[in-house]
Amino acid sequence: MVYEERNAWVGLVISVIALMVYVVLVLQQAGGGPLTDVDWLPLMLWTIGGSIVITIVLSVVWGMLAGLKDPDGAGRSDVRDRDISRMGSRVEQAFLVIAGLAVIALCAVGADVFWIANTMFAGFAVSAVVGGIARVIAYRRGLV
Amino acid sequence: MVKPTLVSNTIRSHREAAGMTQADLARAVGVTRQTLIAIEQGRYSPTLELAFQIARAFSAGIDDLFQYPER
Repeated sequence: MVYEERNAWVGLVISVIALMVYVVLVLQQAGGGPLTDVDWLPLMLWTIGGSIVITIVLSVVWGMLAGLKDPDGAGRSDVRDRDISRMGSRVEQAFLVIAGLAVIALCAVGADVFWIANTMFAGFAVSAVVGGIARVIAYRRGLV
Repeated sequence: MVKPTLVSNTIRSHREAAGMTQADLARAVGVTRQTLIAIEQGRYSPTLELAFQIARAFSAGIDDLFQYPER
């Protein structure tokens, strides 16, 4: 497995876990009451920060383990990695645009800040998950 | 999402005839071994530049290595 594919796997797994953890924490704090009463900002910032740190740590550790097996290829990337990365970014962008439009619509109808912020957060999370899936599929099944 | 390519190639037979391993050829053209495997198996269409580099590694033309069916 090449360097960029390892990163794609780590990013995908951490994105899924982070999204699930955030949803559980928000629902737990709501405790059956209205979601708009939840103090979502610290939860969101901790989830984003934690997922970035864990992603970096996992990538470094996996890279070190891969380097023990194949010292030459552990950190290399090439034209195929760039092509797959570009394709993954295009997929991600589509979901970010949808989230951005949804945020504008929510602002237009005067929705609670909770829904505006969490719609954008969901857009980031879903785009990361779908982009990660697209990248992993491209690595496993091909990009032609 | 992954549409099949009509481009086929004979890189593997050229490589074996030249006595090169996948790692040798990958190193010669500056890609990872995984990328070369994907190209050989038709799972990745190389860029034109990379196709030229692969052809040049065998002192062959692109047409000798890559085939596209007539309609």
